[in-house]
Amino acid sequence: MANNKKKNLPPQAQEYQAFQKQREVKRPILINCIKAFLVGGTVCLIGQVITTFYIYFFNFTEQTAGNPTVATLIFITMLLTGFGIYDRIGQFAGAGTAVPVTGFGNAVISAAIEHRTEGYILGVGGSMFKVAGPVIVYGVFAAFVVAIIKTVLIQWGGL
Amino acid sequence: MLNGHQTWIFENKPVIIQTGTVGGPFEAKGNIPKAFDILHEDMWLNQESFEKAQQVMMEQACQVAIKKSSIQKEQVEFFISGDLINQITPTTFAAKTMGLPYLGLFNACATSMESLALSAAIINANGANYILSGTSSHNAAAEKQFRYPTEYGGQKPPTAQWTVTGASCALVAKEGVGPVVTSATIGKIVDMGITDAFNMGGAMAPAAVDTIETHLKERNIDHSYYDLIITGDLAHIGREVSLDLLHKRGIDIPEEKYVDCGLTIYREGQPVLAGASGPACSAIVTYGHFLNKMKQGEIKRILVVATGSLQSPLSVNQGDSIPCIAHAVSIESGSDV
Repeated sequence: MANNKKKNLPPQAQEYQAFQKQREVKRPILINCIKAFLVGGTVCLIGQVITTFYIYFFNFTEQTAGNPTVATLIFITMLLTGFGIYDRIGQFAGAGTAVPVTGFGNAVISAAIEHRTEGYILGVGGSMFKVAGPVIVYGVFAAFVVAIIKTVLIQWGGL
Repeated sequence: MLNGHQTWIFENKPVIIQTGTVGGPFEAKGNIPKAFDILHEDMWLNQESFEKAQQVMMEQACQVAIKKSSIQKEQVEFFISGDLINQITPTTFAAKTMGLPYLGLFNACATSMESLALSAAIINANGANYILSGTSSHNAAAEKQFRYPTEYGGQKPPTAQWTVTGASCALVAKEGVGPVVTSATIGKIVDMGITDAFNMGGAMAPAAVDTIETHLKERNIDHSYYDLIITGDLAHIGREVSLDLLHKRGIDIPEEKYVDCGLTIYREGQPVLAGASGPACSAIVTYGHFLNKMKQGEIKRILVVATGSLQSPLSVNQGDSIPCIAHAVSIESGSDV
């Protein structure tokens, strides 16, 4: 089960792939980028409004308002995912709803809903992080590497 | 019976005496709602899971086909069917309910014609009098099996296809009234090294071309013998690519005689991207739509080429290319032959 690299393909397959590529409908990258920018920006704007709300009406500072803001956004995502709206926005917005924290929330919640039929332990518990798991694993690992670099630079680099 | 290397000719002309088709809510809003015997309002069918809903649809398709015919369930000798979900679970459980001797198949979306070809071959060889031959698929269950959770908000590319929710089966008999199965060509795996599981049409097109070419050659007929050549689920991209490939190889099928089930089942404007897919797609459109047209005398001879992309979640994750297959079955109006 080796990875078939393109250059190892028989000439017939290479020829077909070129033939097929001409007829394939491409992702409209520019339009997708604009949509992602607008929708992603709107999500951030909503986040900013929530942050300001917490700072003005509750006892939060700019530093501490982040956590309740994220929690609120994820709660909204949960509702939208549960009602079957988020995936439709996602098809329209692409990276616009995938990159913000709402995308992460959606990945966890949708998997939890999907695997509910297999039970709470093996289904929801076991498969909840199926889609979002890699984000956590590599996010934590990247933070660890950066922390080591920072420590080394401060301890021995004299920064 | 064997004609050439891959083609069976059925001299005893097995008859499709009845069909049963079941669909979901999205199909009800589609292009051919009249093709269905039962349409469900709800994807869940009051079941606990999508897989169980799929199983119920398969059972209903079989029961409807039997009910519409003049025979009893006890007279059916075999149930030959398959689907896409983990070890063909919904089909197996449907077979348990039906209580019939069962042959389970997996050829992805080509399962529909694989089961019809095998049923016809068994009946042609006097191996049975009545066989139920069908397939089923469920959009949400297939998404869960092959892609992401149903409610996951990932953006799909324009080459992606929409799995049909439904089930369809044909009751094939040794004798009776109805369209007859005259020949079948069993396809080979064709793999052109395409690894993008969101472009199944593009991956499957060469398999369809290979099977059509072989079929015409081994039966020694021209494409004009058929009123329609119907592909399973090539969708927009695959249809265009395969038609160009056929023309390149000197098989000049006219545009209007080359139709695709994946482009027939849904209406323009339904959010299906490139078109429909799934084993139930070719089965529903063939048994529910085109056989009705044949009974009404609009068409006389069709060649149904069901296409299947045989990747598994495992092979996709391991970076393998997509092996594809196509099986062709010719169906002709009974009065004609």
